[in-house]
Amino acid sequence: MSAILNDETKKVLVTPLVNDNPITLQVLGICSALAVTSQMSTSLIMALALTLVTACSSAAISAIRNHIPSSIRIIVQMTIIASMVIVVDQILKAFAYDVSKQLSVFVGLIITNCIVMGRAEGYAMKNPPLESFMDGIGNGLGYSLILVIVAFFREILGSGKLLGIEVFKLVKDGGWYDPNGLMLLPPSAFFIIGLIIWGMRQWKPSQAEKVEYKIMSIAHGEGGHH
Amino acid sequence: MENYISLFVKAVFIENLALSFFLGMCTFIAVSKKISTAMGLGVAVMVVQAITVPANNVVYHALLKEDALSWIGITGVDLSFLALLSCIGMIAALVQILEMILDKFFPALYHALGVFLPLITVNCAILGGSLFMIERDYNFGESVTYGVGSGLGWALAITVMAGVREKLKYSDIPAGLQGLGITFITAGLMSLGFMAFSGIQL
Repeated sequence: MSAILNDETKKVLVTPLVNDNPITLQVLGICSALAVTSQMSTSLIMALALTLVTACSSAAISAIRNHIPSSIRIIVQMTIIASMVIVVDQILKAFAYDVSKQLSVFVGLIITNCIVMGRAEGYAMKNPPLESFMDGIGNGLGYSLILVIVAFFREILGSGKLLGIEVFKLVKDGGWYDPNGLMLLPPSAFFIIGLIIWGMRQWKPSQAEKVEYKIMSIAHGEGGHH
Repeated sequence: MENYISLFVKAVFIENLALSFFLGMCTFIAVSKKISTAMGLGVAVMVVQAITVPANNVVYHALLKEDALSWIGITGVDLSFLALLSCIGMIAALVQILEMILDKFFPALYHALGVFLPLITVNCAILGGSLFMIERDYNFGESVTYGVGSGLGWALAITVMAGVREKLKYSDIPAGLQGLGITFITAGLMSLGFMAFSGIQL
């Protein structure tokens, strides 16, 4: 095992989780991500699908990287990614039809997910297949982490359940928990992501972006008028 | 007629691509710092959306749908699994053609929009619009309405967002929340506002 996981592979696998998370730091791939997070089960499937697509397409692109003319590389990458997504989509339709109906167009939208394209363009075009595969897995997991955190809060606060199993007993069933309906609606995903980013940046201040304008603190009481 | 108006209002406000389906979020967050650039991108998205959704509709109904090839005598063929590939190919090609046409005939417009056009190919809102069109089985007229409406909705959302962010940079925000964090929370509040439109029934 240690022969496969050398330093480079370990680095590309672990850094995207927290230190270089594709969602909170690079702002990639939030497009199709947030809409599926109102339930844990759909977001797990989505996370798995994206991780697989990123890893496989990175490996495939990396394997033929020396044969792609640079003028048409975007189209070649697109085609490879789209083919992978079609495979995932068909598998989901065959074996998990209900989930695939709930995910609706969002599986297809993995094609335009910036994480997949970003890794293909930024890493796989310059590195050998195995490392690219691991890089894809790492970035996919970084995305999955955020997705699962958001889904956890949305499902447990919105319907008192996790993966469809009751955790908090609802008031309407004679329990104590009054579900927060907002959590099932789109805005809550924005709030939770915003708060996660806030938390991450409090924890690791180096991730904060440069401030364009700084509010000057007024040293003495008459700063207001000129 | 009423059907089309209701679809249009739904596409612009109630089912706003950016704020209720989170589509095109990457560009939505990245390019909404200034009103003028946001508006330029918004217009570009609207134009591309208005062209690609009907175009994909024609391709889907003429070639890919189940039994669609019966007009050349082939029956029982269902190519709809190729829809993803054909949609993204169509979008990439149309954006390229649009870029060339603008460059040749409308140089002023090309310089205003030029930077954004390549970005649009990978904008999820564009592909999302076409995929929704297929999923909901719109006919040609509906797909034109939906394309224009959803593009307009996206343009509206990003312009408003840029307006808010231009004011926001003067406000005193906790250090960790500055930038990306507060942008998400603002988007959430805007999305909450747009949800109020869901009460409209036409």
